[in-house]
Amino acid sequence: MDRRGMRVGVVPPADGGARLGKTGAQIDAEPGSGVWRLGLTAAAVQTQAPQAGPGQGLAVRRSGQRAARVQHLSHDCVNRSAGHAGACHRGSITRTAGACLQPAAGGSGSRALSELCTAIWDALRIYPGTNKGLHSPNQTLFKAGRVYAVFEDQVGKFDWRQQYVGEVRFAYFETHSQASKKLVLATEKNIIASLNSRTGDIFWRHVDKAGPEGHIDTLLVHGQDAVMVVGNGRLLRSWETNIGGLNWEMVLDTGSFQAAGFIGIQDSVKYVAVVKKAAISLHYLSNGHQKWVENLPDGDTVQYQAVYSGGNGEVCVLGVVPQSHLAIIEYNIEDGEIMKQRSVDAPWLSSLPASCVVVDAGILVCVDPITLSLYTLPLLSDELAEMNQVLIQSLDLDVAPGFQPVLVSTQPNPAQPPLPQFFLKLGPDHHVLLELDNGIIKPLRTFQPAFLVTFATTGEKTVAAVMSPVNDTSCSISLFSADSGRRLLDTSVILHLEPNEGRPQKLYVHAFLKKDDSVGYRVLVQSEDHALTLLHQPGRVVWSREEALAEVITMEMVDLPLTGTQAELEGEFGKKADGLLPMVLKRLSSQLILLQAWLAHLWKLFYDARKPRSQVKNDVTIENLARDEFNLQKMMVMVTASGKLFGIDSKSGTVLWKHYLQNVQPNAAFKLMVQRTTAHFPHPPQCTLLVKDKETGLGTLHVFNPIFGKKSHVSPPVLARPVLQSLLLPLMDQDYAKVLLLIDDQYKVTAFPSTKNVLQQLQEAASSTFFYLVDSSQGRLTGFRLRKDLSTELIWEVVLPTEVQKIVDVKGKRANEHVHSQGRVMGDRSVLYKYLNPNLLAVVTESTDTHQERSFVGTLLIDGVTGRIIHEAVQRKARGPVHCVHSENWVVYEYWNTKSRRNEFSVLELFEGTELYNSTVFSSLDRPYPPQVLQQSYIFPSPISTMEATLTEKGITSRHLLVGLPSGAILSLPKMFLDPRRPEIVSEQSREENLIPYAPEMPIRTEWFINYNQTVSRVRGIYTAPSGLESTCLVVAYGLDIYQTRVYPSKQFDVLKDDYDYVLISSVLFGLFFATMITKRLAQVKLLNRAWR
Amino acid sequence: MAAVWCVDLAFSTLLAVNLLITAPFASCNTGRRTGDGLDTDTGFSVPLDHSFELDDSPRFRERGAVTLKGGRENTVYLSQGQLTEEDRNTLKEVAAVDGLYRIRVPRMSLQTDRLADRQTDGYLTAFVRACSMVESHLSDVITLHTDVTGYLIGVSIVTVPGACRGAEVEDEVDLEAFNTTVSVMGPVNAPAPETALFIERMEQEIEKKGKNPQEQKSFFAKYWYLILGGAVFLMATSSAQPPAGGDREQN
Repeated sequence: MDRRGMRVGVVPPADGGARLGKTGAQIDAEPGSGVWRLGLTAAAVQTQAPQAGPGQGLAVRRSGQRAARVQHLSHDCVNRSAGHAGACHRGSITRTAGACLQPAAGGSGSRALSELCTAIWDALRIYPGTNKGLHSPNQTLFKAGRVYAVFEDQVGKFDWRQQYVGEVRFAYFETHSQASKKLVLATEKNIIASLNSRTGDIFWRHVDKAGPEGHIDTLLVHGQDAVMVVGNGRLLRSWETNIGGLNWEMVLDTGSFQAAGFIGIQDSVKYVAVVKKAAISLHYLSNGHQKWVENLPDGDTVQYQAVYSGGNGEVCVLGVVPQSHLAIIEYNIEDGEIMKQRSVDAPWLSSLPASCVVVDAGILVCVDPITLSLYTLPLLSDELAEMNQVLIQSLDLDVAPGFQPVLVSTQPNPAQPPLPQFFLKLGPDHHVLLELDNGIIKPLRTFQPAFLVTFATTGEKTVAAVMSPVNDTSCSISLFSADSGRRLLDTSVILHLEPNEGRPQKLYVHAFLKKDDSVGYRVLVQSEDHALTLLHQPGRVVWSREEALAEVITMEMVDLPLTGTQAELEGEFGKKADGLLPMVLKRLSSQLILLQAWLAHLWKLFYDARKPRSQVKNDVTIENLARDEFNLQKMMVMVTASGKLFGIDSKSGTVLWKHYLQNVQPNAAFKLMVQRTTAHFPHPPQCTLLVKDKETGLGTLHVFNPIFGKKSHVSPPVLARPVLQSLLLPLMDQDYAKVLLLIDDQYKVTAFPSTKNVLQQLQEAASSTFFYLVDSSQGRLTGFRLRKDLSTELIWEVVLPTEVQKIVDVKGKRANEHVHSQGRVMGDRSVLYKYLNPNLLAVVTESTDTHQERSFVGTLLIDGVTGRIIHEAVQRKARGPVHCVHSENWVVYEYWNTKSRRNEFSVLELFEGTELYNSTVFSSLDRPYPPQVLQQSYIFPSPISTMEATLTEKGITSRHLLVGLPSGAILSLPKMFLDPRRPEIVSEQSREENLIPYAPEMPIRTEWFINYNQTVSRVRGIYTAPSGLESTCLVVAYGLDIYQTRVYPSKQFDVLKDDYDYVLISSVLFGLFFATMITKRLAQVKLLNRAWR
Repeated sequence: MAAVWCVDLAFSTLLAVNLLITAPFASCNTGRRTGDGLDTDTGFSVPLDHSFELDDSPRFRERGAVTLKGGRENTVYLSQGQLTEEDRNTLKEVAAVDGLYRIRVPRMSLQTDRLADRQTDGYLTAFVRACSMVESHLSDVITLHTDVTGYLIGVSIVTVPGACRGAEVEDEVDLEAFNTTVSVMGPVNAPAPETALFIERMEQEIEKKGKNPQEQKSFFAKYWYLILGGAVFLMATSSAQPPAGGDREQN
């Protein structure tokens, strides 16, 4: 059963808690977050009443400029005095917050735009009657757009991008010159790239189409040409490896790709041969033109799987009829005529690439895992030879039981025959170097234990690199002469293996001749967690790349912990009071520690000041991690498809910890939850990762500390039954860990943690704990209620017949979302209240009928607690892929219009009306009246890849939609443009409300690209997190690349600008002060003189 | 769009049959009250079951039937009986322990032309807290939701008012008869981008612009007097520089 839908959604846990921060009731008072946050909370609460009241908007908006300046001053003052008591600033903050609020409550909430719009509306009032400016909203928007652009000198200041290539399939060191430092890679992600082998940076990278169409079948490198076959034999391409330019591209005939190889003639490589299922074609290496193409005989019975050329101008195609015989066809290189064709009995052979290699001058060596013997066959000899069988046992070698032996050979130059030496792998850690000498196989050297072996060639010398374990935490790599099997001196490299990282999987060796003619080498180690590590000879790790990050599945941002000293102070408050004297002593000791830390800090400052600036390192390490003043720096916990977890510092992008989960299935689904934030010192923060095998549905929990990546000592429950749904309740146990509920396929609930305290709390909250399940294969949405004994009962059921439509997406609201203003002030000063249902689910469906006239996209808004269908709409003549964002009181979705052949956006907004039903608390069980639903659609001139909404601490800042485009740009689209109340005909009231007149086409302004030229390839997801500053939202876009930045949807209203002129303002202040002193004195003198007169 | 949500809150007495019509596609007609909802000669009915048990395990009994009448005016009736003495007591007891009052309808198509192949497989359920049912004196609003083809996909029930305030309902008469508003709702059509109107408006504005040549005047032509005034002012201030004011102030 497809449980795809089951993973979705946060189930609104407890009904009735005003979770969206309606009255500020759910404000997390995290300790140590500074005065600013508390101040704003107070402000928010205080301004609740006035913001709802109409009639203030205009005044504030008119004086927009002035208000903005007040904001700058007061916020600055608060920010800088964050360490002191902030009571004196509360008044000013209240005022500012009020000022900020007005547009949010009145218009569609963009403070950033409000000033500009004010100016424009004012202009309209000056020239009444003429609709100037209104008919060109674009002009307005253009001005507004500038607000969001980044200045040139801000580039890279708070944003970073990391580019990846994905899991490597083919890698070649460029060897044609000694000083070469290039590494050519082709990856599972359909990427060909060149890396700098000294630094690991990308020289160039070409991203092809995702999926099978761009799949790289093979990569062959010769000199400066990298030839690859793409899309199961669809295209043949040649790249210039220096600059990554395309030499040529050829479209190949249809047919599935089998093999490709260089064809050498007279010591040079001139052709590329491509073998398809039923044909072979020969192309010039220089320009890709086809020299000839020939059909392969008996293509329907023989599986042609290899092509061989020994450099003498022969083209030899090898095919196999499984369990029967081997077919060998030799073509004439000039005209493609079949020179020779023969078949050799090989009833034990099933696949050529798996069991055969060519060694020496065209001698095929195969291994038979059943009889444990080697077979040799000269490919080019004329006589009809039988295969020559050699038992492995006769070479005094033993195959590990149950192991299928593997052969490895090397052909250093395609214009010359392969070397007579080859490896035979006899067991997981057992390799033998063999040599074929005049048709006789003899062992040169046995390597045991040895995990990985590979050949490398420099000049005339060929060496074998062998990796063998030293102990549990390290391996050594050594070189051996391929001719003799002798160990080369001073060639050992020690590789340290971290216990929670993947094992090495593949070696790529770049050997070179040193000045004294000895062989030196670099080795690229590929691990099973997709990491690439380049080692230089004394055992130094030159660089490493974490290619697992090319496929991030899910992520969370976690606040960094307080510094040690701050934590010490916090801890004092956290502990239970135990008498007057101990408390005093404790206070004294903690202040002593503070003093000590301060002195240490001073000393460090002094010490660093003497050093030149360039030497002062400011590296982020796991030791000096601490929350910054505004909580802008966070820990990004990323979960990748390979099962490797990363902790990345959001400021610099440095990987601070990594943890590889060994037993993760490749098709697993992940859900990451933050059970305990950093706010509960001394309890460490705690994240829980639910890993679910998609086939069996069985889950495991990995509990870890998100700051250090260490596995927690808390033992999670063992999940014996498939997990359908998981939900994080707002309940906490006595250690402040949120309770995680896991629902299995028998609708039984497992709680984690499951202490007595938690179970008691659960029993109390059971009657108000609801959850829903989505079974998209049956179109069934079901709601359940928790019972006191942790069983569940079905309470509602909605079934969408799968013959008509299928559920493609179910979106709830984010649990940490706050909505500040409960309504919007309309032009006539009445308030339109938002329908803020935290339990609302947006269900998106697509019709099963894909005919362009009859297809549709449906949207259902369902209350997750009661199962009530709040709204049901169909978008006719539309189909997916549908991207959907659900937040506050709105749902935005994007679809493809099949009739007009374009992408369109549609926005739904829900309002309660001009009166609130119950303004104190929201309960899904007590909302008898359905909301008003407004909807409007727009044309969007680009397809999109993903969509997310910005999120800020208190929800005061206006919202933007972050839209990831296939071009790699991330568009920050003001929600103001997606407002179903945009009027088609402008009236005085809509002007009053700052509504933009309706225009059917949504603009894309390049200034709105938050990542300017830092494109994010194949963006798959965008994650937004609030920071400590209300104006600032942290954004991480991930796909092939990772891009982190900050956005300010309403400009930085609570921060002073970087170029703020402190000198000017302070000199003016001092100047005025002295001027008053002097004039006061002068006035006194004057009065005195007058009195004497 | 919002018109779909028109709710008829008129209450009728005993066999409270209230009708509200929403054609599957968004048009909303005004309700028409009929005295007796039991004539089923042209329409067909959807059985409506309910359940309220002390142990919260659903045991559905028949509550009534929603009758749909095809034709030009799609009308919906609900015919239902009264609660028996026993039922009333049970309901009150269930309300006292904060139990649920559940309803269910079978999954079926409401299209009259598909009556033939109207087979039911499973039910759609919804609930409301029993206490709100009691406290609202059995006034509830039941909505049947259909998909584009007229197939039932969900049912919802709310009571008016919806809150449970713990008010005691003494009068037995209050709990005898249901006061129900029933409606059938299909999906509304989401609007497509409104291009025609926009283009029309643009054209009108271009026309208007063309008609009014005053708008076309250049910047200097429009503001010459301001510029001239400014220039004169500048000249005047620069020529009146020499007498410095500072000295006189010091005086």
